[in-house]
Amino acid sequence: MSTPENTISVAFRGPLGRFRLDAAFTAPARGVTALFGPSGCGKTTVLRCIAGLQRLADGRCDVAGDVWQDGTSFLPPHRRPIGYVFQEASLFPHLSVRKNLLYGAPRRPDPAANGNAVGFDEVAELLGLAKLLDRSPSNLSGGERQRVAVGRALLSRPKLLLMDEPLSALDRLTKDEILPFLERLHDRLSMPILYVSHDMSEVERLADHLVLMQGGRVTASGPLAALQSDPALPLAGSRDAAVSFDATVERFDAVDGLLTLDAGGPRLLIPAAPAAPGARRRVRIAAGDVSLTLEPPRGTSILNILPAKIVSLSAVGHHEVIVVLAPEPTGPRLLARVTRRSAAALALAAGQPVHAQIKGVSLAME
Amino acid sequence: MTADLWQPVRLTIELASFTTLVLLIVGTPIAWWLARSKAWWKEAVATLVAMPLVLPPTVLGFYLLVVLGPDGPGGALASLWGARTLAFTFEGLVLGSVVYSMPFVVQPIRNAFQAIGDRPLEVAATLRASPRRAFWTVAVPLATPGFLTGAVLGFAHTVGEFGVVLMIGGNIPGKTKVLSVAIYDYVETSRWYEANILAGGMVVFAFAVVLSMMLIEKRVARAGA
Repeated sequence: MSTPENTISVAFRGPLGRFRLDAAFTAPARGVTALFGPSGCGKTTVLRCIAGLQRLADGRCDVAGDVWQDGTSFLPPHRRPIGYVFQEASLFPHLSVRKNLLYGAPRRPDPAANGNAVGFDEVAELLGLAKLLDRSPSNLSGGERQRVAVGRALLSRPKLLLMDEPLSALDRLTKDEILPFLERLHDRLSMPILYVSHDMSEVERLADHLVLMQGGRVTASGPLAALQSDPALPLAGSRDAAVSFDATVERFDAVDGLLTLDAGGPRLLIPAAPAAPGARRRVRIAAGDVSLTLEPPRGTSILNILPAKIVSLSAVGHHEVIVVLAPEPTGPRLLARVTRRSAAALALAAGQPVHAQIKGVSLAME
Repeated sequence: MTADLWQPVRLTIELASFTTLVLLIVGTPIAWWLARSKAWWKEAVATLVAMPLVLPPTVLGFYLLVVLGPDGPGGALASLWGARTLAFTFEGLVLGSVVYSMPFVVQPIRNAFQAIGDRPLEVAATLRASPRRAFWTVAVPLATPGFLTGAVLGFAHTVGEFGVVLMIGGNIPGKTKVLSVAIYDYVETSRWYEANILAGGMVVFAFAVVLSMMLIEKRVARAGA
């Protein structure tokens, strides 16, 4: 049940470059909510408004029961319990890494601090900063700088962490170096994160909830998997349409190097590194990796074959069809992309039982 | 004779030190406002601050004389402690020097504040720093080169002033007879030896100032790279 205490609810209206910003959404006050959309769609402006760095007269910002802005009141940014990670690390060049990290940390240990608060040592460990503490920011690599920026934001004990494309200024390799750190944050901390991105692969790895933006407006908002598998939205029709969801490790088969995951019903077998039972894994299944058969296939090399029911079919372009599947009896929805000819040959229709053959499952977290 | 020479030198250093101190205290908020404000009339204020750059010192000196004299606000101020006028006093000289050297202090500090940009202050705000704390812990340290340049220029420019001093200070030994006036005085009375020593000292001083400025700039450029 969504109440003001466990949601983030914002609405901002005002001029934004060549068009108008008119964005409103409600997201859960836990986990990672991604604001996703093309460059210039207003997602950074929304984030800056939530931080109070930008003030639109017509705005409302309600975070976990606290009103930060409404028609009459406006809390200045330094009074908002936020952490903000900018696109560029923006470290203070005149302070060492340690002093940067401690700049926003409460000077007295807060006796009311609950278990949620992270300490200096934990942040340094979590982000791999221990060896950098006495360096000057000018001697750090781009990835190291951004990790310090994340640590600095965390140590200010935020109730809400805002991240504005923290990886977009980094090259592919550095991105891959930082993403695992962000995934660990997501696992270790219960504080909600609003994450602005225009890169779907980041969103698929990190987000639980998704807010889609276009031209200053919110076009959809909901759980990540639900939006990914909604044929009415552009995500399902895109070239790299996929669904991603969290699964729990059930066991590891050391002989074949196979991980058995419980995806809330269906079991998935994935060749992967060993993991302890109960560990969480983010799974991604691309629509192009799922094919359909009417009969249960025999003598196949494919490990993961799930009985499912067709929820809907929608044409993509001229010769392909995107099929939304609901595993039987239960489980997260899947997407399958098949050719128009195959769909006709198999006479696919909504409600029809099929078998989904999953050729590839990728794990976001190792 | 040595004491004779020493007096204007000491007075000049005192005047320049006081003036620089006052300028840093008064000029910093002005520079901050000029760098950050979005008021449409701020360039008018900037122009006022910059006026001494182009006005003949005698013009400036004349108006200062009017302001500081017995019939001006300076005289009214002086009457508080029983004096008749602020003109021809050390305090009046400090006041005049502050106005005269203002642009040399405000401009570099304003440029330094502007060069910082919005981002570091936004970062500080998102880390719970009040505007006051952000100013002292982020803006001022990052603008240090501007403060150094401003202080050196303000000091040196005050040391070198002549016209304004002559107009509002006159030539009172130990009170208003500063270096530049003393040199003029020595030349007038054909004491070339003393004039030579003071003038040569000024040349060395000017060289040291300009050199130190260049070294500061070089260091800053390297630190920024």
